[in-house]
Amino acid sequence: MVTAVNDQRDEEGIVLTPEQKRARRQRSVALAILLGVLVVLFYVVTLVKGPGVLNRPL
Amino acid sequence: MSTRTDTAPLHSPLSAADAGARVGSDAFTPSLATPRDYFSLLKPRLMSLVVFTALTGMVAAPGHINPVLGFTALLFIAIGAGASGALNMWYEADIDAKMSRTAKRPIPQGIIRSGEVLGFAIFLAVFSVVALGLLVNVLSAALLAFTIFFYAVIYSVWLKPSTPQNIVIGGAAGALPPVIGWAAASGTIALEPIVMFLIIFVWTPPHFWALALLRSDEYARAGIPMLPVVAGDSETRRQIALYSWLLAPVGVLPWILGYASVVYGAVALVTGAMFVMYALRLRKAAEGKATVKAAKSLFGFSILYLFLLFAVLLAEKSVGWSFGQLVW
Repeated sequence: MVTAVNDQRDEEGIVLTPEQKRARRQRSVALAILLGVLVVLFYVVTLVKGPGVLNRPL
Repeated sequence: MSTRTDTAPLHSPLSAADAGARVGSDAFTPSLATPRDYFSLLKPRLMSLVVFTALTGMVAAPGHINPVLGFTALLFIAIGAGASGALNMWYEADIDAKMSRTAKRPIPQGIIRSGEVLGFAIFLAVFSVVALGLLVNVLSAALLAFTIFFYAVIYSVWLKPSTPQNIVIGGAAGALPPVIGWAAASGTIALEPIVMFLIIFVWTPPHFWALALLRSDEYARAGIPMLPVVAGDSETRRQIALYSWLLAPVGVLPWILGYASVVYGAVALVTGAMFVMYALRLRKAAEGKATVKAAKSLFGFSILYLFLLFAVLLAEKSVGWSFGQLVW
């Protein structure tokens, strides 16, 4: 049976079930939102800190 | 045709996880994990306590922090705390599978593979520390890194499986957030946040031992040497009472040292006395149902106690009774 499944995989790749597709879509959307939020956050923090953003005394 | 039913099962290094359902968890099966599952790895309830106490430390600190930077600091402190929670879940997945309180976590349920959790946790830990260092300051980032290390390695790997004093020493990790918040706002560490640290540090043992009394059978089955498992219920109740006697005056310290107003002092005195009363009630409770009831009462009150103390500190600063400005 495993051979048969592997043969099928070679032809079609892994076929996702509707549940797996839904979960993957949710993860993708969440990642996109988080990335967008981080881009905005880093942009706003840069504006708030102004030129001092490059001043990093240890 | 679903690939899940047709692929050969792989074996997890976690025997407990193999015994249960491993939905979406073998190497050939695409994941069924949702963002909610990943979020649950971060221990949201623990994160909320971390954010609340870090906010109090931040607001109590001298000077002014820009709200955007304050929000940013809290966000990355929360993510760092979540990362340490995820590292803890990765390391303790086999133990979690044996305890009813934790058996439904994503790894023992087979929803997310343990290797994925490890990668997720390490990424969040590094990202939160680097971002806090770059966007806020290096001191708070260093403290956050130390907290993650302390919780994930010193507590989870070393202390928890080896000594009944695990929660006493390990409590330092949970007590550090107000110090991190203070450092994020001021770039320094002072006595005030250390007093807040002390309150949480001394509060932790009676809080967790009250829970451990209720779960001692499960801890014993999982091989965790919690105090009730190693020393018995009676000794645990005695030590809970001792720590409660210590906690009551420590809780009042911010007022005694002049960092908080008389309002805080009154709240700390009354709630500290109630804490001792609950602990003594547990100490004297008969074995069986009375002990369970008293332990539940103490556990519930301990959460309210910590919330009240930090809420009053936060409120005092918010309405202008800042630390050090309204004394006696």
